[in-house]
Amino acid sequence: MRRTLVYSPCGYWGISMVEAIEKAKAIEIENLSFSYPDGHQALKNITLTIYLGETVAIVGPNGAGKSTLLLHLNGILRGNSVVKIMGLPVEEKNLKEIRCKVGLVFQEPEDQLFSPTVFEDVAFGPMNMGYSEVEVRERVAQALKWVGMSGYEGRSSHHLSVGEKKRIAIATVLSMSPELLVLDEPTSNLDPRSKGALTKLLKHLPMSKIIASHDLELVRVLCPRTVVIDGGVTMADGETTSILSDYSLLKEHGLAPED
Amino acid sequence: MRYSFLDQFSDLDSFIHRLDPRTKLVSCLAFILAIVLTPPGRWQVFLGYFSLLLILIIISKVPVFYVLKRSLVILPFVVLVSLFIPFFKEGEVAGSYNLWLWQVSVTYTGLAILGNVVTKAWLCVLGLILLSATTGITDLLKGLEGLGIPRVIVLILSFMYRYIFVVVDEAMWMRQAWHSRSFGNKGLRQIKTLGNIIGSLFVRSYERGERVYVAMLARGFDGKVRTLHSLTFRKADFYCGGLWFILLVVTGVFLW
Repeated sequence: MRRTLVYSPCGYWGISMVEAIEKAKAIEIENLSFSYPDGHQALKNITLTIYLGETVAIVGPNGAGKSTLLLHLNGILRGNSVVKIMGLPVEEKNLKEIRCKVGLVFQEPEDQLFSPTVFEDVAFGPMNMGYSEVEVRERVAQALKWVGMSGYEGRSSHHLSVGEKKRIAIATVLSMSPELLVLDEPTSNLDPRSKGALTKLLKHLPMSKIIASHDLELVRVLCPRTVVIDGGVTMADGETTSILSDYSLLKEHGLAPED
Repeated sequence: MRYSFLDQFSDLDSFIHRLDPRTKLVSCLAFILAIVLTPPGRWQVFLGYFSLLLILIIISKVPVFYVLKRSLVILPFVVLVSLFIPFFKEGEVAGSYNLWLWQVSVTYTGLAILGNVVTKAWLCVLGLILLSATTGITDLLKGLEGLGIPRVIVLILSFMYRYIFVVVDEAMWMRQAWHSRSFGNKGLRQIKTLGNIIGSLFVRSYERGERVYVAMLARGFDGKVRTLHSLTFRKADFYCGGLWFILLVVTGVFLW
């Protein structure tokens, strides 16, 4: 843990000085740019530091680069500068450890749930981590309990509802006990009831969370800190309450309807 | 939309359903081998094998009618392949026809071979249908793996089973979207649209494959496929497999 004075926009100063100093950096991104092979530049000079224990929303319009940014957090995409996760640079030799620490939940559960049964999907991560059979089974049971889906082990994913699929998708990374949970559009395609249940579930999960979304209702409930991204550039970074009350900022970046 | 036509009835409970998938796979393979190895024309042996299978179907509680109906699906393929054999086989001529410019003749040997091919194919398919109707796909895949089939192949099969429904859904939505925008287009134009649909289904499946791979990577996939084994080979499996094998041999030898 580095003993440096850190400025944190989400109000650690308000808690206590000591805690702020003790806070470890979960994610360090400095001047990150990334272009897709077709030449489209998705990220431009992103600088972002996220501390352990934070829940941060990354908001922005469609195509702003949110998902691209998330894929950098566990080394699936790598841009021009090195991203550090829990102090570990995202490099080939650290990938396994980083993927264990960062649980990435994709927007489309259909892509995340690729096994014939729920059990095999949830067990996939722990098995790749090389845990023993007993531990894998324990982890699967625990993860399914967290998301309230115990007893679904033998079900096949294509028979589940979208809300259930989302929960299982979250369980597939919880079973690896990640220190950082990264969710891409967790509430897309959900009806209000499933959305409410999912919000409650996320609120109870203790680890640090990064949520990319343009569902501002969810952001308001879950995330004390918000980062606005548009066109691959960080537009704002600060307390959610102040960002969400800045109507002109929201309108400018496609987060509020044009009037 | 929900489909489960691949392993319908596999959640019934019967003695056959409870057997280890490996026992069933090996027994099915033995059945197919026995049929394939029977020389053509031994109809009594084929009848014997058919009766054996019928007994199994009745024990398994799978509706006999369902098995017979499903087995018809394969026949067009077999018939298409073997339809021309009677015309090309040398031997005693059973009949001769004039078709426009050609004179074609059917031989007895050719007809016997046609009957042989169709019967064998049909019996094998019956066996396979019973196997898939009494074993869930997941168990079947586990069984394959337990029998030493390379894991990559088992994985490909499991992906196929997982995504076939997703692709069917996508195809159906595209068809609906197509029909709601095309009225009165007939013939060649329709075929052109169908080509586009098939093409974009391919692209979509390819892209989904990429996304699934990324999702696997994100959970620590490094190219090695790992599984937990949870199959139990019980005494009943041993006796049943043995009994089935003996019955096959006995039927084959005594009805020769």
